[in-house]
Amino acid sequence: MSVALDNNEKFSEYAHPEVLVSTEWLEAHLDTPGLVVLESDEDVLLYEIGHIPGAHKIDWHTDLNDPVIRDYIDGTRLSRLFSERGITPESTIVLYGDKSNWWATYALWVIKLFGHADARILDGGRDKWIAEGRALTTERPKPAATKYPVLQRDDLTIRAFKEDVVGHLGKAMIDVRSPEEYSGERTHMPAYPEEGALRGGHIPGAASVPWARAVNEDGTYKTRKGLEDLYLEGAGLVPGEDVIAYCRIGERSSHSWFALKYLLGFESVRNYDGSWTEWGSAVRVPIAVGTEPGNI
Amino acid sequence: MTLSLPPKLAEIRDDFEALTGNDRIQLLLEFALELPELPQRYQDHPELFERVEECQSPVYIFVEIDPEAHVQVFATAPEQAPTTRGFASILASGLSGLSPEDVLEVSDDFPSSLGLAALISPLRLRGMSGMLRRIKRQVVEKSTR
Repeated sequence: MSVALDNNEKFSEYAHPEVLVSTEWLEAHLDTPGLVVLESDEDVLLYEIGHIPGAHKIDWHTDLNDPVIRDYIDGTRLSRLFSERGITPESTIVLYGDKSNWWATYALWVIKLFGHADARILDGGRDKWIAEGRALTTERPKPAATKYPVLQRDDLTIRAFKEDVVGHLGKAMIDVRSPEEYSGERTHMPAYPEEGALRGGHIPGAASVPWARAVNEDGTYKTRKGLEDLYLEGAGLVPGEDVIAYCRIGERSSHSWFALKYLLGFESVRNYDGSWTEWGSAVRVPIAVGTEPGNI
Repeated sequence: MTLSLPPKLAEIRDDFEALTGNDRIQLLLEFALELPELPQRYQDHPELFERVEECQSPVYIFVEIDPEAHVQVFATAPEQAPTTRGFASILASGLSGLSPEDVLEVSDDFPSSLGLAALISPLRLRGMSGMLRRIKRQVVEKSTR
């Protein structure tokens, strides 16, 4: 039994209005049975200093990544994670977080690898909720544990590996990092420490669409028209074509993946989670430098 | 190999080491909440403070060497950046009161000795190393004047 949708007017224009909820909607539905709220942040302590009442913490680093190899958790660990948080396959999951929902959309993308049906994003995320003066608590919810089934992770539909990207060269791709990372001036985000890519630049043919252009100042997604201007007019993507998005480790590109997949309705969009930290260190893969997409 | 550290820093390191998993995060949270307010004389002088570029969140530090030749470290970071506040708080409380020489001798590996690497992405820990480096540089500049 899924929780009623948010009939917000802006959302109704999107290809899949059911994947977003507004702060007003969430506040009004917090106590609805079947709704589970998850906070996913970059800053590991933010949840502890105050979170939306009833929200659980989900940490991208310790909860969703495998501790040893560079990969995501398997179905057994997801089952444990969800069971502890009182989630069932029928639950409506609402995710939110810091940084305009980078890590919330990243968590949603990982959850979607396992095919959980109803997962939504709080438009504007943590900052908007706080800016509007809505309630916060430091109390952790204590739900009755559930038995979430062990699901198989599907790495084919919305995830791309390096080999897939090599095979995709020449087709639609977007690089959502900052212009300086795209051109090759730097291998990490402005104001972020150096993070392990040996070469700078971008994957040849990828259009530069920094993730933040998809959001308004308050961190909410732009309207359908705004997103079309950005991805269709601006970056030249054609509705219906296969697209791969990447960034540095796959978190910012989850944010853009979400916009393409659900808000503009691209059927086949994959997130390349290896992203620049893999491509920029791989041996003999093609790299383009400068502000132009470059030739294959 | 255990790092040789000044007593206060060694105590902080031992406290972290004695804990596991989420309790370590809780201890970092305590440090974040205990980061002292700037003294009045610095509150109106943001120009004295140096931005730590290695941290994503806006954190600013300032080192003072008091008349008794003790280092005092001041830091300020937004409330909505608790991890960064926690790092700044550990360094401010662990280094303040030491002699300039003792601060310069603190190992650059101190941040990774806290056992936080598995809990916090390595990216964040490097922010703390950035703070430590900048503190040391300010100590050098201010103690040779």
